[in-house]
Parts: sequence; structure tokens; C-alpha cells
Amino acid sequence: MSNLARAEGREPLIHLSKRAGISRGKAWSIRIIAVLLGILVCGIAAFLLIEKVQNNPEKIGEFYGTFIKGSFSTSRKFWKFLKNTAVLLCISLALTPAFRMRFWNTGGEGQTLVGVLSAIAVNFYLGGKIPEGILLILMLLAALAAGALWGVIPAIFRAKWGTNETLFTLMMNYIATYLVSYFLVIWVPSGSSTLGKLKNGRLPIIADNENILIVLIVVALTAALYIYLQYTKHGYEISVVGESVRTARYIGINERKVIIRTMILSGMLCGLAGYLIAAGSDQTVTTNSVGGQGFTGIMVAWLGKFNPLAMLLTSALIQLLNQGAMQISKDFGVNSSLTSVIIGIILFFIIGSEFFINYEVHFRGHAKKAARRAIK
Amino acid sequence: MEKQIALQLRGITKRFGPVLANKHVDLDVYRGEILAVLGENGCGKTTLMNMISGIYYPDEGQILIDGKEVVIRSPKDAFDHRIGMIHQHFKLVDLFSAAENIVLGLEKKGRYNLKEINAEVAKIAERYGFHLDPAKKIYDMSVSEKQTVEIIKVLYRGADILILDEPTAVLTPQEITRLFDVLRRMKEDGKSIIIITHKLNEVLEVSDRVAILRRGEHIATVNTDETNEAELTEMMVGRKISLNISRSAPVNAVPRLEVKDLNLFDKEGIQVLKDITFTANGGEILGIAGIAGSGQRQLLEAIAGLQPAADGSVLFYNPKKDRPVTFYHKSLKKVKEMAAQGAFHDRNLNDVSFRGMRDKAIRKWVESGDVLFREDEEMNLRGKDPLEIRQLGIHLSFVPEDRLGMGLVGSMDITDNMMLRSYRKGHAGFLDRKKPKEQAEEIIRELQVVTPGVSTPVRRLSGGNVQKVLVGREIAYAPKVLMAAYPVRGLDIGASYTIYRLLNRQKESGVAVMFVGEDLDVLLELCDRIMVMNGGRITGFVDARTTTKEEIGLLMVRTEQREEEAHE
Repeated sequence: MSNLARAEGREPLIHLSKRAGISRGKAWSIRIIAVLLGILVCGIAAFLLIEKVQNNPEKIGEFYGTFIKGSFSTSRKFWKFLKNTAVLLCISLALTPAFRMRFWNTGGEGQTLVGVLSAIAVNFYLGGKIPEGILLILMLLAALAAGALWGVIPAIFRAKWGTNETLFTLMMNYIATYLVSYFLVIWVPSGSSTLGKLKNGRLPIIADNENILIVLIVVALTAALYIYLQYTKHGYEISVVGESVRTARYIGINERKVIIRTMILSGMLCGLAGYLIAAGSDQTVTTNSVGGQGFTGIMVAWLGKFNPLAMLLTSALIQLLNQGAMQISKDFGVNSSLTSVIIGIILFFIIGSEFFINYEVHFRGHAKKAARRAIK
Repeated sequence: MEKQIALQLRGITKRFGPVLANKHVDLDVYRGEILAVLGENGCGKTTLMNMISGIYYPDEGQILIDGKEVVIRSPKDAFDHRIGMIHQHFKLVDLFSAAENIVLGLEKKGRYNLKEINAEVAKIAERYGFHLDPAKKIYDMSVSEKQTVEIIKVLYRGADILILDEPTAVLTPQEITRLFDVLRRMKEDGKSIIIITHKLNEVLEVSDRVAILRRGEHIATVNTDETNEAELTEMMVGRKISLNISRSAPVNAVPRLEVKDLNLFDKEGIQVLKDITFTANGGEILGIAGIAGSGQRQLLEAIAGLQPAADGSVLFYNPKKDRPVTFYHKSLKKVKEMAAQGAFHDRNLNDVSFRGMRDKAIRKWVESGDVLFREDEEMNLRGKDPLEIRQLGIHLSFVPEDRLGMGLVGSMDITDNMMLRSYRKGHAGFLDRKKPKEQAEEIIRELQVVTPGVSTPVRRLSGGNVQKVLVGREIAYAPKVLMAAYPVRGLDIGASYTIYRLLNRQKESGVAVMFVGEDLDVLLELCDRIMVMNGGRITGFVDARTTTKEEIGLLMVRTEQREEEAHE
């Protein structure tokens, strides 16, 4: 009872309640505050961990400036920023239809990688033997088909036998990686197993700029996917299946068909991203061609709430952080793991802000204040 | 003798965001009384009780027990003050026995002696007249037995104030009588009992006093023997309301749906429907009564094509006799085949065979509307999925029990939910939101759905308004058969009567209505015939105009009787 006596007259210190709804303005102000806080904490981390900043505290401004410098200091960096954003966005867009259906496709990495591999395979065997235009088209078709295949296999298993798609798609990533190793051994039998840049199969350069076409393709894709998800029957079916399989069955949607169809699309768009990597910049394939963007894409899609237009922003933000962090590691002479820490801090705040958008936190005495306000 | 006050609430207020769930509620509960807390859904009854039992913490106000202010921050605090709540949804571990569940979570010193506990539990059961075997596992128990375990659990912990949240919702009439006997015995023992309900007849039968809540406010507390149904309703709803369901005699009742020897097995291979045979007539409301989980849901889902039946048939008689043939749901080939079988006649009752005619001429003739069906079309729905049923042109509407999990998509707005039924129409691959939007606006207007607009996610609407959207959509489809599973569950009186009126209007326009209900009073007032189910079988049919609740109650628990009779 002594415990109780102490509790007498006290209300809990903190309690949480789910928000019924939140205005868009308020939600965005929470997000902006979160980003600002993240940047502030980054500064503190920099102060604690980076010697250069520690010794000259006035360099903290330069530290922040470097983030922007990474993407905007030269025209070359800026175009690199745009191109990398476009490829990342393309992968995120590819994952979006699946995610809207609550099909957790964690295989974007592998689906993209087999896209790269198939495009390069076509290039490797046919490059120089057929006209460049036809080669590019064949490469595209191969990449789309391979991506679609990689996407549809887990979908069939899920639709027919109810396997867990998260694990399945994840495992397919490894198969894709080893497949690339296998082909590299065949193509480059001796030595390093590194395939040099191929001469053919490069996307046309428009206005003296090799990146414009990639950016344009992805912008068009963003708009198309937005329309597909929002205004077509297929998009509607995806939303219904994602929200409730039972509702889908109730109105006669064959959810298996929708799952398979959507994963073909998702895989195919990953294949497109692979094509952009293969024909747009790399012209070669390594096991690291996609470089983890298949996973980063998951984050981009989540942060953008599976809305293609919002994902324009989130992919740019992630890319900005990446390039900024790289620049910091170069300019301040620090280990690249440290820059990962900095990116992690900012993402932590951004993702954490969603909690405060969904929940309200009350401190002791809040209720009385609210009551007083209500009376006024 | 002056009665002793056990529990006092003073100025209790609780907000959820902008919603005021309870507003300055004052309430007294005496020792040795049964207090009914009456109010419509969403009036704050459960919230108020949750604050007494420590689930929520009030924003303002005081709770006094035996005249002393207390702070209740958790269910454990509530137990320390001898308050216990029996929730609507039982919180029991299936694999444990009754006694094990009862002591679960108790931090008592000493050894865990199941024998002793069993004896104690049996003693409590005997004292208040419960029938309970302490060693029986929960998974072997009926709903009523599980409820008994919940009540004894609370008593075992020494509760003097018991709160029961809608305890009768899941019981048969006989079980309700038994529960009320137990409650009276507890009252005589000096316990205070608070019973939350929205059923007026139960309030009048069992309680000593009634506290009425409306929109979070305490309207009044009256002595039960000084009031009546009409007065209580008026206080509860805030205006006079007629509690009569106008039931018309069925006109032209013709068989519309005939289910024969239907058997259904669930995923685990357990038989959930056994030899179901019945006929639903157009122009009639067929009630389906039974304890929850007797196969009602499976039956409706099997008819709607959501569960593949093992055998039997579901025949639908499409009322086509003397109506023009159309190409809406039939191909030219199918029309020619049917004509060859003599299914059509012209305006002068002569046979139409299309023999020797060219396709174009046939098309023209059919489109002129002069080719008529000779008989109603007979179609077997078994083995067809919902889309195939729809493509046959069968207007079968289904209001499922699980509104937001099956009938509607909670995160979508009203327009997009209207579209669920019709999105496949027109515009090639693109959606047409114009017509569904008009339909949504019409339903909002006609059924007085309270919503900020057509683009509000239906999840944000109250239960009654969600149901109006769902029923409105299903009726807008101009059904020939309308199946509704628990369509008024969780709805307030006003909304319930709107739904009853809608069902009646459908019946009057010739629809075969099937109504799965849990409130026997409503079934008796609304339906023409009532079919009773238990354990996946039909245990009987009764005429709703002449039967009694007791008769239905007996059929609801009748088990293998028919088989026993057959064996003898």
C-alpha cells in the first residue's frame, strides 16, 4: 500500500495517444524540425569525432557547407547527383507498386543486378556485330525480361503456396550476385575476373550531356507510375489487395493474379534501372554494380509514403546526404564509416519524426492546461 | 436502511484529441445494487468504465471509493481497490484450464497448488450459483462458460465492484436468465455491479437503477421501477423515437434462392456447414438466428462465392419470365443456344428459335426487346467466385459482418469504396471516379451519413456511418438477393432503425433478404421467417410472427438431436 500512497494524487509523467489526424502543415513542420535537429546533432558528432573540427571549432560551418558542396560545387558533381538520384529513384519506383500491395519486395538489389547482367550479356555477345540502335533495344528487352523473371518467381511462390516474400526476394539477391560472379569467370577466364568497359551499347548523348537521357526517362517514369497507381484499375486493385485481401476476394479480385502481375511490373522496372546502369554509365557489370541501392530504394519508398511524387524529394535527399558524406570524408580526411554515422544520425531523426506525426506525447499537467485553454 | 456509497465519480472528463469522450460525469454506485449504464454506441460508456478499471486515466475529476479519493493508474491499482472489469472480448489463455486462467498473473506468496486453487474456485462458483468445472480447458468451453471464468477471475481477486461490459451480447436467452440470477445473488452478497448495455429490456429486468449517458454526458440516473422503455429511449437518444418496425405481410413471395444439401469444410478440413437446405423467397426477410459462430458467416460466404462448398447446390432463380433478353451478360452464341432449347418466346407467346437467321438479324431482334424469356432463369452459384456470379448478371449483395476488413477499405474514401463494386466498368484501363462520386454523394444525402465529405477515409467515420456507406452501396446495386450479417452490430438506435427500414424497403420491392442477427427481439419484429442454426446445421425454422424467444433459444442450443432421433 505504501506504493499506492506515494502515487496518491499523481498522474503518469508521460502518456502517449494516437493522433486522430494531423494537418499537413503541422506534419511538415514536425519533419522540418526533425531534419534541423538531425543536422544539429550531426554537428555535435562532428565536434566529438572529427579532429579537424575539434581543433578549429570555427570549421563547423565548413563542415555543413561540405554537405552541399558534395552535390553542387561543380557542374560535373551536380550532374552526377542528378544521375544517381535518377537511378535510385528508378529502383524505388520499381519497388513501390509491390509495397503498395504490402508485398515486401526486398529483392530490388537482385532484380536490378540481373537487369545489368542481362544487358551486359547482350552487349558482350552482340556488341559491334549489330547496329548500335538495335543493340540498345535488345539490351533493354533483356534487362526488362530478366528483372521481371527475378520478380515473378517469388510472386508465384507466394501466390500459390503462401511463402514469405520478404525472405524469398532477399535470397534471390544472392543468387543474382553469384550469377554475376559465374558469368565474370566465363567472360574473363584469366586473372582478375573484372570485365573492362565495353565499347558498344552506350545510351545516346544528348546536348553534350550523357546524363540527360537517364534523368528524362526517370522523370517520365515517375509521372507514368503516379498515374498508374492513382488513376488506373490496376492501381486500384493493387491498393485494395494491399489494404485487405479479404476485401479483394469479396469483390471478386483474384489476388493471386494481381500479385503476380504487379511483381512482373516491379521486377521489370528494376530491370529498367539495371539497364540505365548498364547502358547509361557503367557499360560493365560487377557483383557490386547496384551498390546497395536496391535496399536504399526501400527506404526512399517508405520515406516518400509510396507516393512517386514525394519520392522525387526523398531520393534527392538521400543522394544529397551520400555525396555530401563522401565529400566530407575526402575534405576532412576521415574514415568513410564515420560518414555513415552522420547519414545514420540524420535518417534516424527523419524516420523518428514519423512517430511524432502519428502519436501525441502528453506530459504531466498537460490535461489541466488543455482544460484551461478550453475554458478560455 | 441507508445505503452505503461504494464508488463515486466526480466531474470525470476524458478527451481523445479533439473528441470529448466524457464530460464532467458524476456518478454514484451503492453497495448491493445493480446499476445499469445505458447509452448508445460511442456515448462514452466504455471509456468511463475503463477509467474506473485503470485502462485510461481521466483528464479531470476524482474517483472516490468509500468516500476516499483514489488514483487508479493501472488495472492492478483497480484490483487493489477491489474493482474488477469483465470485458466484452475475453482475455483468456485457450490452452489453460479455468482455474489456471483465474490465478494467472496473481503475485501470491507460497507454493502454486492447483488442487487448492481448484477447490477455491469451485467454492466461489457454488456460492453464486455458477456452473463451472475448474479443470476444464478454455478451448473446450462455450462462450457463456468463458464469461463465467472471467467473472470468477474477478471475484477470486476479491472484487467488490464488478463492471460488466455488454455481457449479454453473446449469450442465448436461457444463458442470459442464468447470468442475471447470478448477478442478483452477488448483489445480495453486497457486491456492487455495474452493467453496461444498450438493451432496454435487460436494463428493466435486472437493474435497480439506470444511469443514462448521452454524448459523453451523464443525463440522469433513475430508479428502474419508476421508468419505462419509452422514457429511457428518449433520454438516451435525446428525442422521441418510435421503436416499432413496420412489418408488412410478404407480397408475392416466390423462391429466389434455393440452397440444397450444402456442405462446407474449412481449411483444416473441419466441417463447418452440414447438409444446409433452405429457400429464401423474394419479398420476404429470412432471419438467421444462432449463437455466434454457428456457421452463419460461412453460410453467407458460401452463397456469395467466397468459400468453395464441397457439394450441394445454390440455385438462383433470376426473375426473367416474360422479360426481354439482353446481351448484357450473354454472348450471341449463348443466346442462340438457349433459343434452340426453346427458352424464349416473342410478344405473341410464339417460340423463338432464330433458325435460319443471320447473326445481324438476331442481334437486331433481341435488341428491339421483343424476345422474351419463357421462364425464370435457373443458375447454380456453387463453385463460382464473386466475379463469375457478377458476370452472370446476378445481383447478389452481401453486407459482411466485418465491415472494414471485408466490405470496405478503411483507408480509402467514400468514393473509392463505392467503386469497389463498379470499378471494372468502362474507360478501358482507367478508373471513372465521376459516377461513384455521385453515388457517394447520393448515399450521404439519403442516408444522412455524417462525414466531412466524400473524400474522408471511411475509417474515420463512426460505426453507424460506416455501415450506412456499406449498406447504401450494396443496395445501390439493385440486388435480387440481399444478405446482411449483423448489420446493426455496434450501431446506435437511430442508425439501427435506418438499417431496418432499408431492409424492409428492399423486401417490399421484391428482394429476397437474409438477415443474420443476434438480438432476438429484433429478429422477431423484423423477419417473416427465422431459420435457427447451431454447429453448422439448421436446427429449425419458425414463423417470426408466432414464435417466442424461448423457442428460438432452445433451437439455438439443440445439437445432435436430429441424429439421435434418426438412430432410435
